[in-house]
Amino acid sequence: MSDRRDVWITGIGIVSSLGEGPIAHWEALSAGTTVIDEESFAPYLVHPLAKINFDAQIPKKGDQRQMEPWQRIGTYAAGLALDSAGIKGDKDILGTTDMVVAAGGGERDQTVDGAILTEIEKQPKPDVFLNEQLQSNLRPTLFLAQLSNLLAGNISIVHGVTGSSRTFMGEESSGTDAVRIGWSRIAAGTSEIALVGGAYNAERRDMLLLFALKRLARHAPWAPVLADPKGVPTGSAGAFLVLESPEHATARGAKPIAKLSGVWSERAQRNEPGAVEAVIEQLVKTAEAGVTEGTAILSAACGAPEPTQAEAAVLARSGLPVRSVTDRVGHGLEAQMPVALALAALCVAEGRLFAPLAGEPLEKPFDGTLSRAIVTAVGHWRGEGVALVERVD
Amino acid sequence: MASYTDKAGRPIVVVTGAGLVTSLGQGKQDNWAKLTAGTSGIHRITRFPIDGMRTTIAGTVDYLPKSSTTAPDLSEELATLAAEEAIAESGIGAKGRFPGPLFCAVPPIELEWPQRRILAQEAAPNAAVTYDDLLRAAEANGHDAWHERFLYGSIADHLADRFGTRGQPISLSTACASGNTSIQLAVEAIRRGDCDAALSIATDGSVTAEALIRFSLLSALSTNNEVPEAASRPFSKNRDGFIIAEGAGALVLESLEHAVARGANIIGVVEGVGEMADSFHRTRSSPDAKPVIGCMRAALSDAGVSPDDIDYINAHGTSTPENDRMEFTGMSAVFGERLGSIPLSSNKSMIGHTLTAAGAIEAVISLLTVRNGRIPPTINYEVPDPAIPLDVVPNVARDAQVRRVMSNSFGFGGQNVALVITGEPA
Repeated sequence: MSDRRDVWITGIGIVSSLGEGPIAHWEALSAGTTVIDEESFAPYLVHPLAKINFDAQIPKKGDQRQMEPWQRIGTYAAGLALDSAGIKGDKDILGTTDMVVAAGGGERDQTVDGAILTEIEKQPKPDVFLNEQLQSNLRPTLFLAQLSNLLAGNISIVHGVTGSSRTFMGEESSGTDAVRIGWSRIAAGTSEIALVGGAYNAERRDMLLLFALKRLARHAPWAPVLADPKGVPTGSAGAFLVLESPEHATARGAKPIAKLSGVWSERAQRNEPGAVEAVIEQLVKTAEAGVTEGTAILSAACGAPEPTQAEAAVLARSGLPVRSVTDRVGHGLEAQMPVALALAALCVAEGRLFAPLAGEPLEKPFDGTLSRAIVTAVGHWRGEGVALVERVD
Repeated sequence: MASYTDKAGRPIVVVTGAGLVTSLGQGKQDNWAKLTAGTSGIHRITRFPIDGMRTTIAGTVDYLPKSSTTAPDLSEELATLAAEEAIAESGIGAKGRFPGPLFCAVPPIELEWPQRRILAQEAAPNAAVTYDDLLRAAEANGHDAWHERFLYGSIADHLADRFGTRGQPISLSTACASGNTSIQLAVEAIRRGDCDAALSIATDGSVTAEALIRFSLLSALSTNNEVPEAASRPFSKNRDGFIIAEGAGALVLESLEHAVARGANIIGVVEGVGEMADSFHRTRSSPDAKPVIGCMRAALSDAGVSPDDIDYINAHGTSTPENDRMEFTGMSAVFGERLGSIPLSSNKSMIGHTLTAAGAIEAVISLLTVRNGRIPPTINYEVPDPAIPLDVVPNVARDAQVRRVMSNSFGFGGQNVALVITGEPA
């Protein structure tokens, strides 16, 4: 619609295997650093979270204890984003900040599960035994560390974001839609400032189990995801963006990092041959809008064979310089679109693209000035998302 | 010709179809008859053994084919039935082609114990079972279908296929406020002009032994086990917790213009939605009730009405000591002296707390209340709590002209969403 407003990105918070914050990420991306753990979860690989001093954003140990790692990662990244936007602790602004979080669920108590599974089949009444064990051994507060909407809840408690609070689930597409809804509300003039993002803890066997059921958990050794998609190379990461109307940002003297020009979410019929490719192609064309100069694509590819092959085919045909975010930080499921968007905004703000990765033939050198970045985020089982970040002139 | 826009110049959002399923039964007609007769759907749990459980009662839906399968399977079936009723009533689109997006509130989903036990048995380690054993069995034994079934997005995805909604559906959770959030997102999308119509569904079929134990460990559940029908006692002095329950609610929402253009029968208007998050505590509300007050005031303001315009409140009323006191405090601030004379009731006294689904189910019941001019009671109100004096429509339904309802939903994680619902466009 023509009466829509611009939406600025005025804050970025990101943590991953590469460290925390835009500077650490830019340096790691420029140096071609990747951090992969092929031992701890063998035969699977994960990109482990960098060492983070959670006290810096979650000062109360009591708060940290109430959270599972995925919630700590997200609450920490949200704090970084608020700092970056210069609104940390500003009660008036945080009280009107709209929050949309993409989240899955928390980790189970694998020790309790294992102990139950070891004994349960020997019991005369297995179901009764199960109930007794759960009642005696589950930590009461674990439930709260597992609930999807308690990442948002913890961000409200720790950082005081209370304008509104919505949590989207549904794997990769929830990340795309969290950003899309936050963006749509500001563009339409019904919200002035929003905190959008997600977090994922890859270092847990119960999440690997979900992928393993369809043999989609990536085995070691590591390989470039676009060239050789053989499973989801999960990575621990969290990313939040502060989105803001230009009027609101200008009034408080905030400068834009970049402009979020659009977010598109679709759902191809995956059982129809060629459908995924056609949907991604259409979305990329919409985002590209005929402008190829100074434009690159950052792929948040999942690594599941079929959807990533479809995505790679579209990226190859686009002729645009491509960089795989997943090769650098792994795949953070719900968090992957926010992570890729954070890195896209960083590149556009820098006006440069980081160097290509050997072994990823789609990644071509690009030495020009980068003014636009298209992000592609194709779900491992459903959901195709694309977003466009542009330089603010 | 009446205006298609509200006082704020936004498209008016109307309801043209509604459906619900609860432990009382399937569909509006059956539920309405039982709700206005003061019937309880709470019963002794038979789905799993209750030996040694602190709470042995629930409002489970036990009469469906998927009732004893998995939480996502039953939640999907409940959602399907509610949505079929809503879409049939609205007459929108063509079969399997709903002309708008889906906003679907779903319960927590994860692999369940029967699946874990199968994997452990397949792995058959000689030593203690670990998740590495389960991982090995998962890759080796062809349980591909479980992958999709236990993804958070799978319920909404299957519903999108069945009803032919447009685009990627949004699966959401704001805990016990989820139902209202599913409506809120649709209202916002229609007001923005993103779509002319949307399907809001909230479903919860997740009463497993472990779910019951988790809430029990948080001391949230009633232990009034002796007489199940009498256990849920919202606003009573002897209330001691909520009753976990199952169900689904669905609404077809449209712009008034779209509904009129296709000659649809309008059954209600979502006039306003308000929200405010609470930063006080993970499970408890701010003692000053400021977020709840802010949420209700935001809903009134969004609707462009004053507290005096509300004729009835469909309360969150969970029957926990804390919620009902906090809700009273919030309503007292918003409605002032008049609160004592506004009838309000808690549907949860009869159907229990359907968690994710509650807001949508209560929105449907609110619409029925306006349409039928009859207020369902708060049953089990035998011992009034003098600290929270309210007209809870005790025990017996009441005929009353209800033009405008406020429907509240609050949830863990500081979630608060209130709706303002009327019968006809102003």
